[in-house]
Amino acid sequence: MSDVATIATIAKEKAQALGIQKFDVCGSTVDEASVQVDQGEPKQVKASKRSSVMVRVWNEANTVGVTTTSEVDELGLELALKTAQEASAFGAKEHVPDFSPEATATLDATQSELVPQAEIATLIENLVQTEAKLMDAHDAIAGVPYNDLAQRDAQRFYLNSEGAMRQEARSSSSIYLYSKTEQEGKRPRSAGAYRVSQGLKQLDIEGCLQETAEKTISHLNYQPITSGKYRVVLSAEAFLSLLGAFSNLFNAQSVLDNRSLSTVESLGTEIASPLLSVADDALHADNVGKTTFDDEGTPTRRIPIIDKGVLTNFLHSSGTAKRLDSQLTGHANLGAKVTVGPHFYHVFAASTPEQTYSLETAENVVFIDDVQALHAGVKALQGSFSLPFDGWLVNNGEKISIESATVAGDFRELLKSIIYVESEAELTPGGICPRIWVDELSITGE
Amino acid sequence: MPPTALLSRELPTLDYSATRDRFDDTWRLPLSTLLGLGRAAGADFVEFFLERVNYISCLAEEDAITSISPRLVAGAGVRVFLGKGDCYVSTNDLSFKGLKSALEKALSILGLNLPNPQAFVPEINLELLRDYASINGKEAWLSNCSSMQEMGDILLTANAQLNKDADHVQSRRATYFRDWQEVLVAASDGVFARDIRLTQSVGYSLLCAEGSDRASINKRVGATNNPNFLRSWQYAEDSAEVSESAGQMLHADYVESGNYPIIMANEFGGVIFHEACGHLLETTQIERKTSPFSEMKGQKIAHENLTAWDEGLSPNAFGSVDMDDEGMPVQRTLLIENGILKNFLSDRAGCIRTGHPRTGSGRRQSYTYAAASRMRNTYIAPGNFTNDELFASVDKGIYCKKMGGGSVGPTGEFNFGVDEAYLIENGKITKPLKGATLIGEAKEIMKRISMSSQDLGLAAGFCGSISGSIYVTVGQPHIKVDEITVGGR
Repeated sequence: MSDVATIATIAKEKAQALGIQKFDVCGSTVDEASVQVDQGEPKQVKASKRSSVMVRVWNEANTVGVTTTSEVDELGLELALKTAQEASAFGAKEHVPDFSPEATATLDATQSELVPQAEIATLIENLVQTEAKLMDAHDAIAGVPYNDLAQRDAQRFYLNSEGAMRQEARSSSSIYLYSKTEQEGKRPRSAGAYRVSQGLKQLDIEGCLQETAEKTISHLNYQPITSGKYRVVLSAEAFLSLLGAFSNLFNAQSVLDNRSLSTVESLGTEIASPLLSVADDALHADNVGKTTFDDEGTPTRRIPIIDKGVLTNFLHSSGTAKRLDSQLTGHANLGAKVTVGPHFYHVFAASTPEQTYSLETAENVVFIDDVQALHAGVKALQGSFSLPFDGWLVNNGEKISIESATVAGDFRELLKSIIYVESEAELTPGGICPRIWVDELSITGE
Repeated sequence: MPPTALLSRELPTLDYSATRDRFDDTWRLPLSTLLGLGRAAGADFVEFFLERVNYISCLAEEDAITSISPRLVAGAGVRVFLGKGDCYVSTNDLSFKGLKSALEKALSILGLNLPNPQAFVPEINLELLRDYASINGKEAWLSNCSSMQEMGDILLTANAQLNKDADHVQSRRATYFRDWQEVLVAASDGVFARDIRLTQSVGYSLLCAEGSDRASINKRVGATNNPNFLRSWQYAEDSAEVSESAGQMLHADYVESGNYPIIMANEFGGVIFHEACGHLLETTQIERKTSPFSEMKGQKIAHENLTAWDEGLSPNAFGSVDMDDEGMPVQRTLLIENGILKNFLSDRAGCIRTGHPRTGSGRRQSYTYAAASRMRNTYIAPGNFTNDELFASVDKGIYCKKMGGGSVGPTGEFNFGVDEAYLIENGKITKPLKGATLIGEAKEIMKRISMSSQDLGLAAGFCGSISGSIYVTVGQPHIKVDEITVGGR
């Protein structure tokens, strides 16, 4: 992709020629590579370098049109501006988006954190060795059908016709391992783990390998579970999956669209156990995918969402903040209709609990490691979920893998039924979170 | 024109200029040259996939158009095979230099070096352009589709209808998209083929609420190859159906979990076969040894009353294409006949790695993905029973009238959400139920589909897998599953 200054110059010239006075551009370039292996041989290697920009154009009637394009040269940008100009005639006439008042505000965080990419051969070598170690971990592990070692450089920018221009660049590297077992007379079992870091050198491949092996082996001896209500412990990943699925609870655009489990009046009310606090923090030190500004150029920041069980803030774009007379939060995703999305959750215990729990001493507790098929089992607008999961029935520290089961409930009730938030947090791709203990969730097994 | 015997050293000086806004025969020379370069470097097989997209979506919320979003995309991917291994590199740069750079990267990843400067670069003898767009009269499709003004007008009218039909409306949306795609495939085995695809979909999303009860119902229809699709949308029928479903589900009780016989409605009910069996017949699963059916070709894997197809030929169906994304004409593939596994769905890589013959099933979301074996229009064939016979066979069970999405895991375990369900007692529907999820294991459930009715219907859907999200059709007549685990409260 052309550099941002060049894009700004081209956009300005083309806009002027088309009679466009007001526009903004948000774009990104990705340079990535990934490898997969199968039984010691590279199976598929992928590499991609691609760009994409979205232009917004305001017409004389102050309605907005947008167009996205992957062709970031003079011809491509000109066509995008023309198409956006055409679309602007059909733009929303109420609540018309505007530039963020903070699009030119100073950014505090580092804007460039690129590390050199490793050779593809190095990625393959690492993954082949890891696959072999994983298969050696237990005789029952017959393969690692899903595996991926990837690295990525991502650059993004925002500019507008009033002189805003900001950009950032980050590197990341990730590994995913998912192994499968085969044993005579038993069902195949599987488990996986994921790690992400800034570069291959920092990537905890060994940790991913160990976790995958331990989880897979722990599922070898499985038993059915009797259907009923159980005390449930949700892993960081499981809780964050649910929190993300029901993020309309604190999404200002969803609230304004009447497509949220919250209303404007929900702010300041207790929606969860007082033991729980949640923030969204794009700049969290552990967030590999830091973003310092959103798609409107608004700087990101830490936003408390739930404080001791009380809903304290919605996440905003500049438009929703204006409509609800709130502070900007830096969560806009650009589009003809600007949407709102979270960056990186930080879930933590709100206070020292009166009672603590431990898997070492608890009896008949279901520990859910991972929930699956959220797209099928979550009714985000109804608040309900019914999801298959991987997990164990735990008695005094002894874990028995659950053969096959689902967990069901209402997310709002789940938040209020939290009885313990552990102190030790775990880092996941979507955020940082400790284990969450919940009472009385429905488990369907036998 | 390059010399007939091109030397490797001359490649950097070449400046081919193919047309920018159309994939036509001007692409023959640069692509055949690059394919030859790849072969000269030692690749067993090289394939270029070029793509241009003109996409637009439109959203009506209540009585306003709140989003019209055009998207313009151009890109290419080059896939290089060496033995059974392969490499895929994609780029936005469609210039000769950009494509050559992508090829060089792919070759280097596989440890192949460009031929020395003195080496001759053979031109690959591509077939005469197999141009499905011209042959089948697709060139004017894009300009004949609804304009922005027209799509906005239709969606607003349709959304107003929903307001008339539904009670307790909290939010109502009508959405539409048009995806126009031009593709060109050129490969070192001589394939040189172009196609234009036009895929459109329109639908409703209705949220009703009263007190603490809520019901959200979605309905979507889709078609290919029909520029008049939006103009001919029967929105009044869909509005009535969505409103009726939301009304039924608003105050429905939660389903009690347990094992039940179920009857699944036709059309989108076919998602059960798609998830529970279809994915496991793709060679991508066979390669990974994640399908329980890998070694069962010719064996009984389903009830003898079950026959199933996957094909890309049904006129205007959401998964129909004239050629797959590897340039192969699509087929009608018999998957299961009277319970016996007959064929797998195979793409080029699947054929190389598993030996199963290609079936025109190589599909991908976009140029950023290598093609993989994927479903097209997949359905259970009509059986010999009537719907009345199906219901009469159930003493206590669940009628799954409207299915949500679903997925299948690497061990063959699947699950589906049910958007609209009813309790069956003594062969009759007695009350609405919500919150149901169907859970099972593919190998077991296929033998429990014991009755198929005669009312085969197809429904548009989206399928996400290794090569991205693609358009597919699922389908079936009403079927009975003798027993399945239903997750609920």
